[in-house]
Amino acid sequence: MAVCIAVIAKENYPLYIRSVPTQNELKFHYTVHTSLDVVEEKISAVGKSLGDQRELYLGLLYPTEDYKVYGYVTNSKVKFVIVVDSSNTSLRDNEIRSMFRKLHNSFTDVMCNPFHSPGNTIQSKAFDGIVSGMMVQTASTV
Amino acid sequence: MADESLFDFLHMEIVSHIYREQQSSKEEMDNKDRAVCVSVLESMGFRVGQGLIERLTRDSPSFKDELDVMKFVCKDFWTKVFKRQIDNLRTNHQGTYVLQDNTFSLLTQLSNGKQYLDQAPKYLAFSCGIVRGALSNLGLDSVVTAEVSVMPSCKFQVVVQKL
Repeated sequence: MAVCIAVIAKENYPLYIRSVPTQNELKFHYTVHTSLDVVEEKISAVGKSLGDQRELYLGLLYPTEDYKVYGYVTNSKVKFVIVVDSSNTSLRDNEIRSMFRKLHNSFTDVMCNPFHSPGNTIQSKAFDGIVSGMMVQTASTV
Repeated sequence: MADESLFDFLHMEIVSHIYREQQSSKEEMDNKDRAVCVSVLESMGFRVGQGLIERLTRDSPSFKDELDVMKFVCKDFWTKVFKRQIDNLRTNHQGTYVLQDNTFSLLTQLSNGKQYLDQAPKYLAFSCGIVRGALSNLGLDSVVTAEVSVMPSCKFQVVVQKL
């Protein structure tokens, strides 16, 4: 279960950030921001070294002492970042990939919504629902 | 196959609606009004192209370079949107591409002769917008124009803006 989920636009500003409400949210915002550097490095590095096609899933970006950060970039250069609690080691790579796939599907639906302009923050309830389903369930949420 | 005609009819009505709206206040349309109509249609196409490309590239891997992106537009994207592939892609390798479609699906319903040649650009504005929106979401800012010399074939010229 994720602790924080963020969607970042092509120009590197956040379109959507949600974290578990009981924790210090600023810390997560900062973690996501620093992970952007790692994402950029991966995108440019893979492009130069391999001539062939690269995957959209970037994998574990970096582990900190409490959290692990995973990244995914779409073809339109929108980045998804998921921060996961390190103590929850039962999460396998496949599960993270499926979380990203669900996020991407939901994001595609948001983009096709005529009432949403690309570049605005995401305010879709359906997207919120998908994200809530992936976050850690705390006692305060009903 | 009725579903193909649904979009054709909707598109024809969109074009005539926009032109009617613009003309409602005056008797004669001048060039400035025509330009407004074309840019309205093109910006509608832009938004549609952005959404479409998000959906269509969801599972495909990243593109290597500009030429790869253009080939994707010519093959997969054109097939999904206009039910056929681009017949001819030419480039000068310096950012200008010409896509030629010999039987453009939005023009096939207009007659093949010279009668409606000057009306044809109205029906191409939306598609230019779609291409521009798709390219912009893939990271290429461009200017897309279309021209028709022989109906129903048309050429889309894409000039990629370098930073």
